[in-house]
Amino acid sequence: MNAEAAAFELSGVSVERGGQVVLEDVDLRVERGDYLAILGPNGSGKTTLLRTLLGLHTPTRGTLRVLGSSPEAARGRVGYVPQRAAFDLDFPIQAGEVVRMGRLARKRWFRRYDDEDIAASRRALEQVDAGHLSQRAIGALSGGELQRVLIARALAAEPEILLLDEPTASLDERIGRGVWEILEELSQRITIVLVSHDIGAISHYVRGVACLNRRLHMHPDGELDDSILEAAYGGPVDLVAHSHPRVLAPHTERDEGPS
Amino acid sequence: MIEALTTPFFQRVLLAGLLASIACGVVGTYVVVRKISSLCGGLAHAAFGGVGLAHWLGFSPIAGAAGFGLTASAIVGLAYRRLGSNLDTAIALVWSVGMALGVIFIALTPGYAPDLSSYLFGSLLLVPWDYVVGVAVLDILVLGTAWLLHKELQAIAFDEEFAEVSGLPVERLFLLLLALSALAIVTLMRVVGLILAIALLTVPAVIARQWRSTLPGIAGLAIAICAASVVAGLLLSWQFSASLSIALPPGPASVLFLATAYGASSALQRIRA
Repeated sequence: MNAEAAAFELSGVSVERGGQVVLEDVDLRVERGDYLAILGPNGSGKTTLLRTLLGLHTPTRGTLRVLGSSPEAARGRVGYVPQRAAFDLDFPIQAGEVVRMGRLARKRWFRRYDDEDIAASRRALEQVDAGHLSQRAIGALSGGELQRVLIARALAAEPEILLLDEPTASLDERIGRGVWEILEELSQRITIVLVSHDIGAISHYVRGVACLNRRLHMHPDGELDDSILEAAYGGPVDLVAHSHPRVLAPHTERDEGPS
Repeated sequence: MIEALTTPFFQRVLLAGLLASIACGVVGTYVVVRKISSLCGGLAHAAFGGVGLAHWLGFSPIAGAAGFGLTASAIVGLAYRRLGSNLDTAIALVWSVGMALGVIFIALTPGYAPDLSSYLFGSLLLVPWDYVVGVAVLDILVLGTAWLLHKELQAIAFDEEFAEVSGLPVERLFLLLLALSALAIVTLMRVVGLILAIALLTVPAVIARQWRSTLPGIAGLAIAICAASVVAGLLLSWQFSASLSIALPPGPASVLFLATAYGASSALQRIRA
């Protein structure tokens, strides 16, 4: 429970799913305050890595510490935003109630949600500019609104780390940019780790990149180059095709961290 | 009809039916939003095994049905969580094995075979007080649990993955929800029967879902609709017997009442939209 412990510390982590090695010998250290993107093609194990960080999969080998303790013990301190809604959009529930569920990890059994939970949920919705959506039925939200509500749900627990799985995968570019801007702002206060294949946006916003294709290739200073992407994607990747030239530029002083 | 309401045995079966509606409206809401109706259909049939066992060994049929229903809910629930694609077969097995055991136990019972149809399709006949008390006890169990664990049950019904990430024991809560469903079904055993109980568990909540958009709102309206269908079934059954001397069990009449109500409600929704 060391307060100075890293957000995530993985050494030699392998995960097998259904007899197949999905992650192999992954070493990763994410410091607090980092804003890291994990890139990788489909089937590279990105979602498995996130689920392992959340304690939903147990590593078959290696050790994993989350905020200095086990992933199970860190639940409630790690907020999670899934790739797509894992629920039925017909479910009779309002956005505000969904956000309130973010408080579950902090609540005791049998206790109802109280004023503090409701206040925290309202704050979370306001942080993603979605305060006005509170009374809206979940099925009546647009894709971008739903994504903001899901981010608010993760924030309602006031987590120290935010994990996101493809935060903009189902959104058009303009709406997606809004989500990236929200994350940019949040990254000033909390550690963010996300999985994405949106190379352009990632290079523009995040401060560190790792490439995953069963094995992890860390690129700590946020700079992407062909060799790293090739290692992950198993072939040349045309960076020039993407519209953000910063991908090849050296990153800013924020990378040094508050030492 | 008025005559029916002043007749003591009718009053008692009506009381049992109204009490059962409370548990069914509440649990049925979760069953419908979680989409586990067919799973609950399996539980309803499996509970019949307990009726047979109770007859054979001479204890209260509602206790037997509750025991079998709970056992079946554990089996089906674990199959659902762990077998994935084989769930279908697991439901079919539990469904038929429960019925088969019921028939075998009753065959083993010496003397005249009891009238099975009252457990399968309901009956107007006098229900014993221990049955009414049993329904009341199950009501308290179901309502108490739903009240205490509303937050947790809502979470697993809505988004299991997030509930798991939040540290909830999702599998155990799901098994609990199935256990509550089995108990709610058992409360309907004597009034509409085990085979038809699934309709009273689910259709009222389906109709209520068309008009209400929160879980408590749906549950409240579902209780009212379920109670109305019980009353309609019992009165129709009484009327057939009194004026036509036809023994129509109340269960089928309740189910047809609900089907009609569902059609009317859907039509109204269309007009309103």
